[in-house]
Amino acid sequence: MANRFFSREHLIKCLLVVAAFSSLLFLFIIFAFILGEGLPLFYKVGVIKIILGFTWAPTKGFFGIFPMIVSSYMVTLGALIFGAPLALGCATYLSEYASRRMKLFLKPALELLAGIPSVVYGFLGVVYIVPLIREYLGGPGFSILATSAVLGIMILPTIISISFDSLMSVPPTYREASIAMGATKWQTICNVVLPAARSGILASFILGMGRAVGETMAVIMVAGNALRIPMSLLDPLRTLTSNIALELAYAAGDHRSALFSTGVVLLIIIMILNFVANFWVKRKVTG
Amino acid sequence: MRSNLATPIALLLFIALICWGTFDLRKSGAGRKDTVTLAGSTSVMPFSEKLAEYFMLSHPRLSVEVQGGGSSAGIQATINRTVDIGMSSRNLKDDEKVHKQILICYDGISIIVHPSNPVRDISLDQIQKVYSGRIRNWRELGWIDRNIDAVSREEGSGTRGAFEELVMGKAFIDDGIMVQDSNGSVKEVVATDPYAIGYISLGIVDQKVKALTIDGVIPSVRNIIQQKYGMVRPFLYLTATEPAGAVKVFIDFVLSRDGQNILRKEGLVPIRG
Repeated sequence: MANRFFSREHLIKCLLVVAAFSSLLFLFIIFAFILGEGLPLFYKVGVIKIILGFTWAPTKGFFGIFPMIVSSYMVTLGALIFGAPLALGCATYLSEYASRRMKLFLKPALELLAGIPSVVYGFLGVVYIVPLIREYLGGPGFSILATSAVLGIMILPTIISISFDSLMSVPPTYREASIAMGATKWQTICNVVLPAARSGILASFILGMGRAVGETMAVIMVAGNALRIPMSLLDPLRTLTSNIALELAYAAGDHRSALFSTGVVLLIIIMILNFVANFWVKRKVTG
Repeated sequence: MRSNLATPIALLLFIALICWGTFDLRKSGAGRKDTVTLAGSTSVMPFSEKLAEYFMLSHPRLSVEVQGGGSSAGIQATINRTVDIGMSSRNLKDDEKVHKQILICYDGISIIVHPSNPVRDISLDQIQKVYSGRIRNWRELGWIDRNIDAVSREEGSGTRGAFEELVMGKAFIDDGIMVQDSNGSVKEVVATDPYAIGYISLGIVDQKVKALTIDGVIPSVRNIIQQKYGMVRPFLYLTATEPAGAVKVFIDFVLSRDGQNILRKEGLVPIRG
């Protein structure tokens, strides 16, 4: 009897191990696939000509993706400028001021925001934000400004939930000590709570950036997808992700490989962002 | 010790399961004979779907499946024999060899603007200058002092390929030109932006946008047949072998009077008047 019990326990453990390793396996397959398809072109054309090249005309032999790398960073930064203050304010209110009932109402609402499909954000961007910009600020409307605004809203849930967690993990004794010293609530938040949660908040920004860099559908819809490096906030632009999604359907041969090379660059950028975020979170634990 | 051995075995089994699953899927897909599959140009796709609809009404025992993917993908799929018929909306390049190219009809490319735009006519030379970035302002085309929001298609698209061939010549489409990924999205952008200009298939022009005359010639089926309107491209069906069975029945239907009439009603130019 004891033996049978053991074997059933063992079987379940095995199944869970398989489940755990299968996600690792998928990661490995994705890596192998993208690198296998994308790296040959780096050898053929040259890393510098791809990463620092200014012209993208893959059917004519130009594979420069530098403008897209710059554009990706620009909209990511723009999204942070739009989203970060709002998200931080929301997280601070939730953890420091909100009553239990308020929290019960706000938290599910934010989760709902995270669950809205990106194509819906893109659609709203095209229908409302783009014409607004075209009408009042000029340009075609499809622009960094529109893209940043849409992405800024999209990264709110990511930043809010992670910085909220890190604010909540600041021990209540810190706050009590500060109040006991005669500080006001706002002074306590500014000088004690926020600095204590700093690393978690920074990590939330980085993860928000990761979300913004990786977003595709909404960006295609509002960015205008022009190939030049945008010179003003009202110029259209094309990001790395939208380049892949736009052209994959039609690509063949070197063009196809070039899109996978775009994927390799994107993968490296995302990996760096995740690595930095992890680094900051770890420092919080030890520090 | 036991668990150390069991983990890799379980992992192996799991991989084997995945491989077996994909293998099995492939096998069952190729087995059906009475289905004609088409893939390729997104410009040809809606018309092929229309033809398939009528075809299946008169041939209830056959079924026709139409997919997109783009001209290049359609040609590639024909060569790899993953589809019965490939669709292309541009002429094939020298290194793209298929067994048979069947011309099913012609399609005009029209230049479209917002309906409120007072500009009526544009010359071929002006179009080229707009898309190569040498004309940037509507004033130069006889309207207000406002930047032109020109919209193009993405690299590899058949419509873009035909546009480059017919209009651009050796000039490149400028980097500052916006890009949308289908005829429909280009039309949508032009329909909402009063200052936009774009090019789409003549067959899908409707009330939401205004087609410009080019050097005074109205883009219409009649003018294309009389060879007055120059921006015309072929719609091709491609096969890797001599058409036989259901594939031949479908192609014969498309080339028949009925099939060509359907295409004419959809705004395309049939191969025989």
